[in-house]
Amino acid sequence: MSTTFAPSTTKLEKLVGKRLRRREDPRLITGTATYVEDVKLPDMHHAVIVRSPHGAADIRSIDISKAKALPGVVAVFTGADIVGVGTVPCGASLPGLRRPDHHILAQDRVYLVGHPVAVVVATDRYIAADGADLVEVEYDIKQAVTDPEKALAPGAPAVHSQWPDNVAFTFHQNGGDIDAAFAEAEVVVKQRITSQRLVPNAMETRGVVADWKTNDRSLTLYTSTQIPHLARTLLAGMLGIEENRFRLIAPEVGGGFGSKLNVYSEEALTAWVSMKIGKPVKWIESRRENFMVTIHGRGHVDYFEIAAKRDGTILGLKLKLIQDLGAFHQLLTPVIPTLSVLMMPGLYNFRNIQAEVVGTFTNCVPTDAYRGAGRPEATHGIERMVDILAAELGMDPAEIRFKNFVRPDQFPFPTATGLNYDSGDYANTFQKALDTIDYHGLRKQQAEARAAGRLMGIGISTYGEICAMGPSVATPAGGWESATVKFEPSGKVTVLTGTSPHGQGQETSFAQLTADELGVPIDDIVVLHGDTSIVQYGIGTFGSRNTAVGGAALFYALQEIKEKLKKFGAAMLKAEEVELGDGVCLNPKTGESVTVQEIAGAAYRGVVIPPGMDPGMVVTKFWEPANFTYPFGAHIIVSEVDAETGDIEIKRYVAVDDIGNQLNPLLVDGQLHGGAAQGLGQALWEQGVYDDNGQLVTGEFMDYTMPRARMMPWIESSHTCTPSPVNPLGAKGVGEAGTIGSTPAMVNSVVDALSPLGVRHIDMPLTPEKIWKLTNGRNA
Amino acid sequence: MIANPFEYSTPATLAEALGLIADGAKPLSGGMSLIPMMKLRLASPEHLVDIARLPELNYIREENGELHIGAAVTHYDVESAPLLCGKCPLLAETAGHIGDIQVRNRGTLGGSVAHADPAADYPAALQALEAKIVLRSAAGERVVTAAEFFIDTFTTALEPGEIVTEVVVPVEPGLTGTSYQKCLQPASGFAIVGVAARVRRDGANFGAVQVGITGLTGTSYRATAVEQALVGKPATDETIRAAAAHAADGVEANSDLHASADYRTSLAVSYTTRALHSALSRSA
Amino acid sequence: MNRTINLSVNGKRHTHQVEPRLLLIHYLREVVGLTGTHMGCETSLCGACTVEVNGKAVKSCTMFAVQADGADVVTVEGLAGPDGKLHPVQEAFWNEHALQCGFCTPGMIMVSKQILERNPDPTDREIREGLDGNLCRCTGYQHIVNAVRTAAKAGV
Repeated sequence: MSTTFAPSTTKLEKLVGKRLRRREDPRLITGTATYVEDVKLPDMHHAVIVRSPHGAADIRSIDISKAKALPGVVAVFTGADIVGVGTVPCGASLPGLRRPDHHILAQDRVYLVGHPVAVVVATDRYIAADGADLVEVEYDIKQAVTDPEKALAPGAPAVHSQWPDNVAFTFHQNGGDIDAAFAEAEVVVKQRITSQRLVPNAMETRGVVADWKTNDRSLTLYTSTQIPHLARTLLAGMLGIEENRFRLIAPEVGGGFGSKLNVYSEEALTAWVSMKIGKPVKWIESRRENFMVTIHGRGHVDYFEIAAKRDGTILGLKLKLIQDLGAFHQLLTPVIPTLSVLMMPGLYNFRNIQAEVVGTFTNCVPTDAYRGAGRPEATHGIERMVDILAAELGMDPAEIRFKNFVRPDQFPFPTATGLNYDSGDYANTFQKALDTIDYHGLRKQQAEARAAGRLMGIGISTYGEICAMGPSVATPAGGWESATVKFEPSGKVTVLTGTSPHGQGQETSFAQLTADELGVPIDDIVVLHGDTSIVQYGIGTFGSRNTAVGGAALFYALQEIKEKLKKFGAAMLKAEEVELGDGVCLNPKTGESVTVQEIAGAAYRGVVIPPGMDPGMVVTKFWEPANFTYPFGAHIIVSEVDAETGDIEIKRYVAVDDIGNQLNPLLVDGQLHGGAAQGLGQALWEQGVYDDNGQLVTGEFMDYTMPRARMMPWIESSHTCTPSPVNPLGAKGVGEAGTIGSTPAMVNSVVDALSPLGVRHIDMPLTPEKIWKLTNGRNA
Repeated sequence: MIANPFEYSTPATLAEALGLIADGAKPLSGGMSLIPMMKLRLASPEHLVDIARLPELNYIREENGELHIGAAVTHYDVESAPLLCGKCPLLAETAGHIGDIQVRNRGTLGGSVAHADPAADYPAALQALEAKIVLRSAAGERVVTAAEFFIDTFTTALEPGEIVTEVVVPVEPGLTGTSYQKCLQPASGFAIVGVAARVRRDGANFGAVQVGITGLTGTSYRATAVEQALVGKPATDETIRAAAAHAADGVEANSDLHASADYRTSLAVSYTTRALHSALSRSA
Repeated sequence: MNRTINLSVNGKRHTHQVEPRLLLIHYLREVVGLTGTHMGCETSLCGACTVEVNGKAVKSCTMFAVQADGADVVTVEGLAGPDGKLHPVQEAFWNEHALQCGFCTPGMIMVSKQILERNPDPTDREIREGLDGNLCRCTGYQHIVNAVRTAAKAGV
């Protein structure tokens, strides 16, 4: 057989780096996507959870008789029924960590408002809700404690009676010689800085549909999660079922921001109920429940001390970090503040740090990973401290940053906290931001404004972060990622990624990468994810790892399949050497060629199987990164404060971010804008506030201020690019950049505006009333 | 978040509706306040009477120098009706500040007025306009002024069995300037403070002035001390500032997470100043 | 006591017996089977559940199905033409990357359509105020504003 194959494809345009509109969108803009709540199974039942109204109480009795008697209610379960179900897992391995048993239904005590006490299962969700109202629980109310500093005070109520000091763990990390640094210091500045609790508020609340097939001993679980495979492993353990009889599907997921990087009581409970009644069961979280029992973010009280020379050279930084953990550990609760410690030096070239973390139990919902997860808190801390130091020294906040940046010739740069920054040119990026906004012109304008009695502020944040989570040594369940590339016999290409995108757009960006590498039309490529029965094991989506880790795994899978294509192509062309490019395998000597689609078809039909090769055209790659990546950037916000009302107006917002190479800049813009909204949300509006009894005062959208379109400024975004050497794409990650960069820029801007009044620091959120108190001299 | 069961009636006439209400049924108009409370099971009426579609409550008309607005007219219709935009711009402007597009499409003037949320927008304008509220029950009709109608938080002059059927506002004389200025509670969109002002000039001086304030305390009120400090005085910034300082005279301000009493009081003064400036600039 | 309701959804007539307490959103999602409309909160503050009732954008989580008796209801599923041609607002949301997770998107599209029906050439400020009843946690709204502006240029 010596046919000459004519290439059937024309040369394709390269797609990586293009602003392609998303391939995910047609189903989303037409209302035809399937989220968990859209899953409907035959004979599906509905679960509603009865929750504690108290922050701390002993359960005296539970009377389920009225609920059970309601027509349509098929079962009611309480803590006494869940014998043999494992507790909610925590992946932290801190030495000496105190781990309270976190049962999926309360046993004899409740530890927070919203603590699940019973579950009512009915044929209809309305009846389940009626049944839940009929469950009668008698409580013996105990004193709660919701403020971490109050929880640490002597005599505070014990959240868990076995640990009366409310300390879950302490963690110390030192780098360099902190005592020498402080001894050498010509100036030391101290500040208490809080980072308030935030409610992640993905627009889709959590939800679960569990479908246990008794005769198959198999479970299918639809759940709104960022980590389908890890969730399956951990839930299988809790439920005592085999992983290979357990299919977990993350269907369309309506936002996560870390709040779905977890394993929750309700996931195990819904599955357990399905196993118990032998019917499919659906549980959908209400927004109030989402506020009450889905993890919160942040929750820090930080005490910083910075040591410097009079010329502005920073010598060292001390941090005592009190972390409000809540009542239990969710998956990564105790880990998050340790990420703050890692990030505490920011972009600055000093080698001496001392950190102490006190993980504190409170009668609140657990804190855990929320967009940035520890890094926003750290960045806010160091960026505020640098500004406070500059004010103390009478230096310009831009000048003090230039003086202390890690220089380009220092990379890879080992930090005092044990990290190894991969690449960067911090001064260049910062200079671009200053030029974009005309920093010197702005300072002149500010002087004029002040002379006219107006309160104008210019706030800078030069942030760094830790992305591409991460090497396995630093990631509890493994930090690698996986990808499969398979040609179907028809020549179409299916990509299976172990990441679990839920808005980030990898169905598009990974197809761009695949199209370029294989030379196949993008419309011939499908990217699948989020189903443990279809996709090889993966870690999931968090910490800006989709592209920088999952994309790298895909890149290597593509290289390997290209090698296989070449070998098969060479056999088909009977050539010693072939070249593969633009979807065609070419014998350069003869000019004969075959397309990759033809090769794939031949590989499945077994037409030609080169020696030592297997038929088919499928490659799976697991890839372990050697390091994190370290994106960075500079955000500058110009604001003006209305002294009479305390209102803050954002006049300009300039962001220059360096996230390495970009697969699709349109998606990058979206990540940055959304991140900035969440960061400004923390700076200005959002706060999870508990009263002393454990009630979440800001427990619904009526009181918890979410950023709305009318409140957001126009974000002027641009980039510099220092590719990461850590992965072959040179990508660093962009998921958290906007959130991390925006918050301190905003606070620094308002503090700068109020600095003529002697203001050095304001804790977030910067509500108009707080500002008004300062402008009207009413603050202590 | 599911309401308790209830019976639902759609009477064809107002008389029929009032009969059911006399028997203890609760009127449902746009439902923008009632339905969320029912979903949270903070309210569980056994019987709802849908009055939103009664033609007898859906009209805007001018009669004898007054504008009559049926209780079931939506905020959007108040905001956009040419008759109101032209002849009572203060009420139209105020309606435009309520909630959002979807809420204004569905919520009604009568429903909002009857609910008497202390942070609602309309009451400020109705106080300033010296509006009349028409109340009906199976037993008959009576008319009260806005000042008489709004008594306290969620408390009005409505007797059991009575509903709001109409709001009557004056046709604004052409030379009057009006304005509604609102400090938003950023999460909910309700008013932390809302101030409605009507200003007439008398040469270089202030003529008649009416100021209504909502959000500051348990119910809306006429800021008569502000009005008195303006009438006959030069129409200047100094006069306005001095007068606005009386915005909260004799009023015990509410305090919550979003604004303490002191701050609210200060905002009342600031927004009164703004409303007066704005109204003055619109007067001729 | 159940009531019979008769209404049009996306141009198709439906008659059902429903409990008076059944919310319009649950009627659309669970009785009619149109799951494009989403429930994002229960307090009428997120707008994910926005649909059109008699030409007006409303929040279907704050309306009982019985209140829509006799009405013409349009959901996001009803916007594209019978040939599948997208509505200009849908097209603009796609082109401008005005969505990420997509959960708020049906509501955003429905309210954007109403904004443009009432004001064919809105300023950015007017667009942002028009979106006041709708929350998005992903986009920071900038691309949504772009999309509404683009749709305005395309003519809705």
